Amino acid sequence: MTEATVDRREAVRELIGDTGVLMVTGLGNAANDLAALTDQGDHVFAMDGAMGAAVSVGLGLALAQPTRRVVVVTGDGELLMNVGALATVAVQRPDNLAVLCLDNSVYGLTGDQATHTAHGADLTAMALAAGFPAATTVREAGELGAARELLHKDGLAFVRVAVAPGNTRYDALDRNGESIRLRFRRALAGDPRLG
Amino acid sequence: MNWPDEVYATLRRRETTQFAYVPDSGHKRLIELAHADPEVRAIPLTTEEEGVGVVAGAHLGLARAVLLMQSSGVGNTVNFLSLIQHCRFPFLTLVTMRGEFGEQNPWQFAMGRAVEPVFAAMGVATLRADTADDVQPVVEAAIGMVDRGGQAVAVLLGQRLLGAKPFGPKP
Repeated sequence: MTEATVDRREAVRELIGDTGVLMVTGLGNAANDLAALTDQGDHVFAMDGAMGAAVSVGLGLALAQPTRRVVVVTGDGELLMNVGALATVAVQRPDNLAVLCLDNSVYGLTGDQATHTAHGADLTAMALAAGFPAATTVREAGELGAARELLHKDGLAFVRVAVAPGNTRYDALDRNGESIRLRFRRALAGDPRLG
Repeated sequence: MNWPDEVYATLRRRETTQFAYVPDSGHKRLIELAHADPEVRAIPLTTEEEGVGVVAGAHLGLARAVLLMQSSGVGNTVNFLSLIQHCRFPFLTLVTMRGEFGEQNPWQFAMGRAVEPVFAAMGVATLRADTADDVQPVVEAAIGMVDRGGQAVAVLLGQRLLGAKPFGPKP
């Protein structure tokens, strides 16, 4: 395997930027990256726990909001914990959902132990085999443009970016789950009183 | 109307639009009704925990969902119930019970007995229905607790209501 060189913060800047898509993130670096990118935006449900839940939460959200683009952003370890959820998503095939996996092949927060992708498990192939109609892997920064299009155009899509290992920080990450839940719903509904 | 049809109508009046499930014979009719209804999404899961995520995601998206599962799947939900508890998501699940009244498959007892302690440990209230007459009022009560009270509630549909499956050689 060639060494991954794409910087994860550069990847999310290129792929998500300020598009305002609804986002659900997996724990750890993915939560930090998207909270940092959006300055803890109300449209980002950044989970820093419940490992394995990001894709399922994104599915419920996408089915509930069919006119809004929903992007799940997560890491390889988080996705592997509940990889069957890709098959559940593919059965529903929501046109407004994309999954972005920032794959650094390690459990970064626990000391860089290798994940299964370091040993050859191919999450892009697994997404395709689960029934995703489109899935691609980005190995260098020059490929981000095409992946960005896939993430944002209509249709269920999966994008894996092979990113360099190394943790990112965002000290202001809001870990109060009730607060991020309420902010997300109130912003989506345009109603500050919503519970 | 029999109780599954009544429960389905009640869930639809509540504007439930996502029915996430791992199949069980006790939920057979509800699952069929959900699949036949063009206004809802019937969502087969590979494991019950996905359903907890789906219910949370639907709520984020201003919609209502329910998770249908069997007692043997409750153990699979624990990690994701931390999401429900920590973020105080309203959460509704209907659980068909095994491993209790008249159970003949010994594999079912361990998880059946663990259902109430597991839910209690994760902050999910439980309401039981053991007769057909119980089901409708119990589901109505649960819906009020969830949608108005903001609680996480599991409705346990008892094995006395559902009937025990015959297993093993005749005694």
